[in-house]
Amino acid sequence: MTDPPAPRHIPDRLDKPLSSAIFSWEALLVVVAVAIFVVNSFASPYFLDPWSLSDLTFNFTEKALIALAMALLIISGEIDLSVAAIIALASTMMGMAVQAGAGTPALVLIGIAVGLGCGAFNGLLVTRLGLPSIVVTIGTMSLFRGVAFIVLGDQAYKGYPASFAFFGQGYVWWVVSFELALFLIAAVIYWFVLHRTSFGRRVFAIGNNPVAAQFSGVRVDRIKFILFCLTGLMSGIAAVLITSRLGSTRPSIAQGYELEAITMVVLGGVSILGGAGSILGVVLAAFIMGLVTFGLGLLNVPGIVMSIFIGLLLIIVIALPIVWRRLRGGRFA
Amino acid sequence: MKNFLKYREIWLLAAIAMLIGLISTRFPGFANPGNLRQVFNDTSILMILALGQMVVILTRSIDLSMAANLCFTGMVVAMLNAAHPAIPIPLLIVIALLVGLVLGAINGLLVWRLNIPSIVVTLGTLTIYRGATFVISGGAWVNADQMSADFINFQRAAFLGIPVLSWIALLVIALFFLVMTRTALGRSIYAIGVNPTASVYAGIDVGRTKFIVFCISGMIGGLAGYLWISRYVIASVEVANGYELNIIAACVIGGISIAGGIGSVGGAVLGALFLGIISNALPVINISPFWQMAISGSAIILAVVLNARGERRQGRIILRKAEAA
Repeated sequence: MTDPPAPRHIPDRLDKPLSSAIFSWEALLVVVAVAIFVVNSFASPYFLDPWSLSDLTFNFTEKALIALAMALLIISGEIDLSVAAIIALASTMMGMAVQAGAGTPALVLIGIAVGLGCGAFNGLLVTRLGLPSIVVTIGTMSLFRGVAFIVLGDQAYKGYPASFAFFGQGYVWWVVSFELALFLIAAVIYWFVLHRTSFGRRVFAIGNNPVAAQFSGVRVDRIKFILFCLTGLMSGIAAVLITSRLGSTRPSIAQGYELEAITMVVLGGVSILGGAGSILGVVLAAFIMGLVTFGLGLLNVPGIVMSIFIGLLLIIVIALPIVWRRLRGGRFA
Repeated sequence: MKNFLKYREIWLLAAIAMLIGLISTRFPGFANPGNLRQVFNDTSILMILALGQMVVILTRSIDLSMAANLCFTGMVVAMLNAAHPAIPIPLLIVIALLVGLVLGAINGLLVWRLNIPSIVVTLGTLTIYRGATFVISGGAWVNADQMSADFINFQRAAFLGIPVLSWIALLVIALFFLVMTRTALGRSIYAIGVNPTASVYAGIDVGRTKFIVFCISGMIGGLAGYLWISRYVIASVEVANGYELNIIAACVIGGISIAGGIGSVGGAVLGALFLGIISNALPVINISPFWQMAISGSAIILAVVLNARGERRQGRIILRKAEAA
């Protein structure tokens, strides 16, 4: 039994050759996105208008912001089901602040701070007490939204200041909304952190083998804690955006967002078991989900029927490579 | 005695007794048998759903599509009843079981044949099943006046002083108890959760067993579909929206480990009862029902903390035994 020869050259970056990029998950997503785009533009004459396309982005930017942080969390082998509940709680707190006469900067600060606080709470429960994140966040999901229900009951907060509307309704340049610009900037930051920093490499290491990562000197719990805080932070930011866009807060706000954000992440090629994935994939998946829902919306397909397409897309895109691999006799395995 | 106290069910039972005691100080009538019977009846649907979810969780999987399955199957039987009131209720229940079985089998096949993680599969089918409910109903509701009297009253009829709904729950509990403790299938379900690799070597077909548990949770979802619709006498796309998490919450509170392999029929039933008691008690002790969500959330977190303690200790004991051998 001899050891395999050690590779002479170990690159700093794991860049893949072009040939593998063509067969990559991201390439598949691009094909799917282009196909949906083309179908949409044939199906509806209103689709190819810059303002339609701009409206399209409002469908997904808030969820996609969360999906960016969720991608890192899932790559590290954890999950956060409480993100939508964090939005509800943060939005409720912003509503309370408005009643107390808070101005726009204070509102934004409160929304983000509540999100960060909730994320830290999840992180503490998971890392300090060593609890499984899926159950913890099912619990905090009920808890956070439950607090929103206790505060609001069947009421709603309104009366947000006019300047607050910019975050969810404003445009920074021509058809580029503030939400879209923020998402693109966040995507670049997350791409850099995950794919170009040692922090990102550690996230992958933890997802692949937490024990080995620990023995390699990675502070597993601390990084997981940071990732939960980041997910909370992004949920807080999403809360600011959605509250600003809707101009009101109900305790049922953003219901079901957690599953849509996770769908984006998984559709984006992040392994639900952890250890693999890319930000580019998540961004593409966000656009695909936006394209599907918006395109079907132009065709007057009701939202609930669109969800069938999203569900099918999720399963088919995951199943396709597996079936493909099996048909090719495991050559691409 | 020490062995006796090791059972999580005992502690859960004590917690429930304490809860009932606490409620009784504010509302004395709560603990009387008639009211407790009512609470049991109100919780019946959650109990059987929790049992269906339990067998899935025991195999290290999860079924997020149960509530959507309930919604779809409920709509199917409600529409059938509205269109053909002559179909006898037992036949409708069989249809509900079959429809649920098909939906569960779809989940099971994807998990078994394609090896897709169950959380992804059921996340997808959750939206598909609920969307399909909209498609078959056209977004319309089936209201009480469209349902036949038999359809609505079947589960309300009393047999030996207990409503049929409670009897169905008792029957399901008994069936699950038998399967989990007295059959090879039950043993394999636990084995897969504890150690899938060892299970393969022990001759258990892990994939097929997972397929079977999804069929079980599907049938339970279907059965609950009929029971839910005939209890709340309205079928719409919104039925049981988000309820999948209540089901999982009942399991978690009942001490079923999300990591698989640990949990019991008694635990799932008591976990569901715990949630049922809270939701029944809040109105009578004058706490706004809006508190319910936060309370059950706190209960879940507390339960996980306690579960984690218990599981860790168990792990160490097994390890020591293995070293000694």
